[in-house]
Amino acid sequence: MIDTLKRKGGCSSCGGVDDDSRLLGGSVILTKLEAINNWGRKYSFFQYPFVTACCGMEFMSVCGPKYDLDRFGAALPRFSPRQADLLMVVGTISHKQAPILVKVYNQMAEPKWVFAFGVCAVSGGFYDNYATVQGIDTLIPVDIYVPGCPPRPEMVIDGLIKLQQKVMESRWSDYPKGASPVSNDK
Amino acid sequence: MEANITINKLKARFAESIVDAHSYRGDDTAIVKKEELLDIFIFLRDDKELLYNFMMDLTVVDYLGKEPRFEVVYHLYSLAYNRRVRIKTRVSESECSVDSIVSIWPSANWFEREAFDLYGIVFKGHPNLSRILLYDSFQGHPLRKDYPIKKRQPQIGPNNN
Amino acid sequence: MSDSAKDLHSEYMVINMGPSHPVTHGTVKFLLTLEGETIIDMKVDIGFLHRGFEKMCENGTWEQVMPYTDRLNYVSPLINNVGYALAVEKLVGIDVPERCKYIRVIASELSRISDHYTNIAAGAMEVGGFTAFLYFVEARELVWDLIEMLCGARVTSNYVRIGGVKSDLPDGFKDKTRDVFKKCRKLWADVNKLLTKNRIFIDRVRNVGIMPPDEAIAWGFTGPCLRACGIPYDVRKFHPYLVYDQMDFEVPVGEKGDNFDRYLVRMEEINQSMRIVEQALEKIPSGPINVNMPEYRWQSKEDISTRIESLIFHFKTVTEGIKPPPGEIYSAVEGANGELGFYLVSDGSGKPYKCRVRPPCFPLTAAMPKMVKGGFIADIVPTFDMINMIGGECDR
Repeated sequence: MIDTLKRKGGCSSCGGVDDDSRLLGGSVILTKLEAINNWGRKYSFFQYPFVTACCGMEFMSVCGPKYDLDRFGAALPRFSPRQADLLMVVGTISHKQAPILVKVYNQMAEPKWVFAFGVCAVSGGFYDNYATVQGIDTLIPVDIYVPGCPPRPEMVIDGLIKLQQKVMESRWSDYPKGASPVSNDK
Repeated sequence: MEANITINKLKARFAESIVDAHSYRGDDTAIVKKEELLDIFIFLRDDKELLYNFMMDLTVVDYLGKEPRFEVVYHLYSLAYNRRVRIKTRVSESECSVDSIVSIWPSANWFEREAFDLYGIVFKGHPNLSRILLYDSFQGHPLRKDYPIKKRQPQIGPNNN
Repeated sequence: MSDSAKDLHSEYMVINMGPSHPVTHGTVKFLLTLEGETIIDMKVDIGFLHRGFEKMCENGTWEQVMPYTDRLNYVSPLINNVGYALAVEKLVGIDVPERCKYIRVIASELSRISDHYTNIAAGAMEVGGFTAFLYFVEARELVWDLIEMLCGARVTSNYVRIGGVKSDLPDGFKDKTRDVFKKCRKLWADVNKLLTKNRIFIDRVRNVGIMPPDEAIAWGFTGPCLRACGIPYDVRKFHPYLVYDQMDFEVPVGEKGDNFDRYLVRMEEINQSMRIVEQALEKIPSGPINVNMPEYRWQSKEDISTRIESLIFHFKTVTEGIKPPPGEIYSAVEGANGELGFYLVSDGSGKPYKCRVRPPCFPLTAAMPKMVKGGFIADIVPTFDMINMIGGECDR
């Protein structure tokens, strides 16, 4: 933990972390507020599972005993969008579903991230027809795309770790991202 | 012949309503006139030697270019005699309606709504004939053969046809 | 009623349950009219996962339909594969080799086991039994290991082909199955202890969502929900397909048709399916796994590389698709939720003219208001779990 903080937040302009740490006997960590904030966020995702389709089966496995998303700090599903910061879009989004997805996204508090789980959420998959939205990025901004039909749990975990890296590198100026670019109001 | 008892009984009882009948691959099929549909179904359900108590499936086939254009297809099953029968009735595009059979089998309720939603067949006497799989603002009936597969009608977001 | 109660301003409360709600897995919306906690009226709104299955089928070749069938009931995709393949084979008139039939039976039953595991796991979790969820997800992982060994994928298998299967049973499958079943039986016993005599679980599911047998028939119930009413209708027994007539298994039935009976029927079906798999693995004969009809089923890769006729047939079936004779058939298999029927119409071309699925959970979901009206709002949760509505199948 201390290593991560040093690497990401170490303040080189004021003499370097190592010197200060030695001076203070290891009892104090010097870092940037932004870095420790990001570090806290990346290990405590509160996910909102927007589970619609087949990918939900793999989502159950990912949360289940063998793969256990809890090890990465993202286990606790929140079934209210207002309490969640990671929107997991798991499965196909149809045109009937689309306004609901946008509404859920807009209800989430900042900072928030969106995880496109499975190829249907990423691009519509092999459902290229009248009923299906061709990728949720036509509706809401997406942070991580995990393809696969459905993706294996290993892929999901890999995607989550990539999202953690992304969160670690984000700046306060990145937020708020604001409402979704498409609106429910007609 | 045992296998055709349903067809034979139907022909004996409703001689002029049965347009055609066949048993392709062992599936007994009768094509009936839509005017007497309800009587035929009540007969099939209640006759002591038939007792078709399950309405297994209801769907529509669109034979675009033929007249009449649509065929409404019912699959019935009799638990007592372990028999299946398929009843079909033809519906033209201009007069695209048949009698609802919800009063005979409640299971037909959603199947008929689905057929209305996807094919636009009107079921007369249905308690709540509205769209079921699609949304109310959707125009047209997507499983008709003349509906383009990629004609999207998004409620929200870009229309990337 | 006291006078003060009469004076109270009271009216029915209308609330939306769903479409994004923890218990409405496979999005569905319930529009409830409530008096206090009692359900006065309920409307069910489905279709949130309508993905245009039939339209996609009509625009692909007969063989390209197979991956779409995986995603109908995505909890038991192999049964859908088998059902579709049997329907097309009935249309064409193919009788697959004996070994293939056994492999299909094994595949279907493994899929049924994983479906029932998922259903009970989710059902238990939603009424508060989280441990049972963890145990059965673990058991499901073990069965999925077998399915992965068989066809290379965990969920969407795309394993069965028209006129055969993709590949033979892998080496060591029988031994691995024995090991897996041993562990699964232990987990099953644990869950049985956790739920079947658990007072809290029983209070939530006993006498809830009752459906009398005659009404269940009228509403088109099939599968475990119909058997829970005491009617032993199982397609595997009533219209035996593949080699189910040579298997020794029982069809469990319930007494009252409530949610607890549905749970018990599913628990017992897991055991019966394991028996079928074990018998099939014992009895399976050797021989070819694909039918020798090159115009319908690809020849082996070796034949395609060395024989010109095989290459021509391969080219034609891949580019134009197989061409069943014109006609129409209905063929049903016992899906995990009930009778899974396929109604196919062919016009003699390489594409299905009509590919209709009779989804077993569609009529079950339609009967939801009937089952919960007059009950409490909390009764919706176990009832909806035990009818096991699967979005991909219900909305297609």
